[in-house]
Amino acid sequence: MASKPRTLYEKIWDAHVVERRDDGTCLIYIDRHLVHEVTSPQAFEALRVSGRKVRRPDLTLAVPDHNLPTTARRDAAGQRIPISDPESAQQLAALERNAPEFGIRLIGDADAEQGIVHVVGPEQGFSLPGATIVCGDSHTACHGGLGALAFGIGTSEVEHVLATQTLLLKQSKTMEVRVEGQLGPGVTAKDVVLHICGVLGAAGGTGYVIEYTGSVIRDLSIEGRLTVSNMAIEHGARAGLIAPDEKTFAYVQGRPYAPKDADWDKAVAWWTSLATDPGAVYDKVVTIDAADIAPTVTWGTSPEDTVAITGTVPDPASFADPSKQEAARKSLDYMGLTPGQRMQDVEVQNVFIGSCTNSRIEDLRAAAAVLKGRTKAPNVKWAIVVPGSGLVKRQAEAEGLDKVFTQAGFEWREPGCSACLGMNPDKVPAGERCASTSNRNFVGRQGPGARTHLVSPAMAAAAAVTGKLADVRELA
Amino acid sequence: MEAVRQVDGRAIPFGAKNVDTDVIIPAHWLKTITREGLGRGAFETLRKDPDNLFDSAEYAGSPILIAGDNFGCGSSREHAAWALLDLGIKAVIAPSFSDIFSGNAFKNGILTVVLPQDQVDRLLEVAKTDPVHIDLENQVVTTPFQDRFEFEIDPFRKHCLLNGLDEVGLTLARDTAISTYEQEARATLPWLAKGVETA
Ligand code: SF4
Repeated sequence: MASKPRTLYEKIWDAHVVERRDDGTCLIYIDRHLVHEVTSPQAFEALRVSGRKVRRPDLTLAVPDHNLPTTARRDAAGQRIPISDPESAQQLAALERNAPEFGIRLIGDADAEQGIVHVVGPEQGFSLPGATIVCGDSHTACHGGLGALAFGIGTSEVEHVLATQTLLLKQSKTMEVRVEGQLGPGVTAKDVVLHICGVLGAAGGTGYVIEYTGSVIRDLSIEGRLTVSNMAIEHGARAGLIAPDEKTFAYVQGRPYAPKDADWDKAVAWWTSLATDPGAVYDKVVTIDAADIAPTVTWGTSPEDTVAITGTVPDPASFADPSKQEAARKSLDYMGLTPGQRMQDVEVQNVFIGSCTNSRIEDLRAAAAVLKGRTKAPNVKWAIVVPGSGLVKRQAEAEGLDKVFTQAGFEWREPGCSACLGMNPDKVPAGERCASTSNRNFVGRQGPGARTHLVSPAMAAAAAVTGKLADVRELA
Repeated sequence: MEAVRQVDGRAIPFGAKNVDTDVIIPAHWLKTITREGLGRGAFETLRKDPDNLFDSAEYAGSPILIAGDNFGCGSSREHAAWALLDLGIKAVIAPSFSDIFSGNAFKNGILTVVLPQDQVDRLLEVAKTDPVHIDLENQVVTTPFQDRFEFEIDPFRKHCLLNGLDEVGLTLARDTAISTYEQEARATLPWLAKGVETA
């Protein structure tokens, strides 16, 4: 009997249903849970108060990242350098207390493997294709780049997963975003996903899990796929997914927590079977032509506010929707931009290369390739590179990339979320602009009054060199 | 979680519309590590006014808050519910709530009561001088003046609130089903069951 053709999402979902309720809600088993210092303290507190345990500490991994300073964490004698913000210090201390108390493996703030949760998970082989993965952070969809069903959760849900290893969920609708063709020179995974944000809008994926397909997605490296899936939430989707293939298997194999020996063969067979069946129907399909994607920048305060680097700041009146007109006006006011202004004339004072979107080794290589033999423009006051993990940092140093960055005038930092969010000391000053490889350009995201332009690593490097948002293709 | 059957007492006649989570608890309170004590940050900005309702002797310890349309809009921070709880609020009455806020309130055992604007206006009036009574069992809000306003509530939420059941507790009661799933998964997807112990 032939079963109904299913999508990748439906197959992963079906494999994780513990119980199905009458109203369609399902109790879904969670295979991997990443925990960091900001959204977990109250969850652990609730467990303690109610005398509950962590059901599967072995499926849980704790890593501090959000508010750790990215400056040195140990002095020459190996002693911890105190964190000046008492609240950040307290959250870190809470994680360091809670993890051992509940039997959870903690990667410490100065361990070589420490980094941003979404960089560490795939790197350690903790995140696997076909797995359900959660974390108390909105960009958990990142792991979907490996073909995992991954999404962000709130603190109550963190507690729920810790105690039960499950979540009560309603199945999402499915959307296919198919990107076909060949990317032009200078166009990267980040440009692809920024372009998708522009096409779908910030709420276009609401209620959906998106599967990214097509030749462009297949041709991306695994790191590029992680970049694309990372921003699924920025078009409103619950999660993003990319079907695992040979590249995925090659990426996963041999990592510390990856399946081994007989398990490996079984795993690959299962992962291969997850691909969307021919004839499976998505609730919605959006097709994008690679030829339409240029190196892309944002002009406003929503990731949907994208434009090609060769373009200009739009006129709010040009939007059909009156509420979008109003939002655009407010955005331009906050961003200090005028309609018609050329994007390439916009000066930046800060450049941030990092975040779970773009802090892996290929990102650093791409930025370094542009920076090699060049230095940052005098008007760029602050330029930092924050590797996504200690292992990325070590690899970059082995390749001499750190020298390229420091010679270009960048600061070379310790791994963490850094200037992706204004929660640790790395902030963009009010009223100043930042070309940033992160994922959110919201009002105040990089610090109160900070003006963010989202770009790819190569474009961030180009901005550092020219002191303006710049077309990386002209620096080749 | 504490069961909610009746909520009885003075109600803070707040009444403001579109109160976002930033007003309920400003962002700088998010860096805490416990739920306790967040009541101090609740409505912090409004409480800079010495004549604010929240610190007046008259409404000290009030278990009910009456608000306007779209209460709890803005960010999804659960701290908003924790702050209200820490302030002693057990129920909020308003013409409408943001979905995320009412979900967070429910998860933390706070009853949200939706009533039409005219009835909310009447309660705001009563609350200035007299107590308000909420009977969850019978889904009705009453006052000492014979007002009687019935309200709707999701039967599942009602059941949980009446019995003090939290979602974690309810799922823990499904332990057999979860264990069965784990056993099957260990056979079919063994590598997924191994986690960090494989290292
Ligand atoms: S880098 Fe930014 S988006 Fe990524 S986990 Fe950290 S704070 Fe979240």
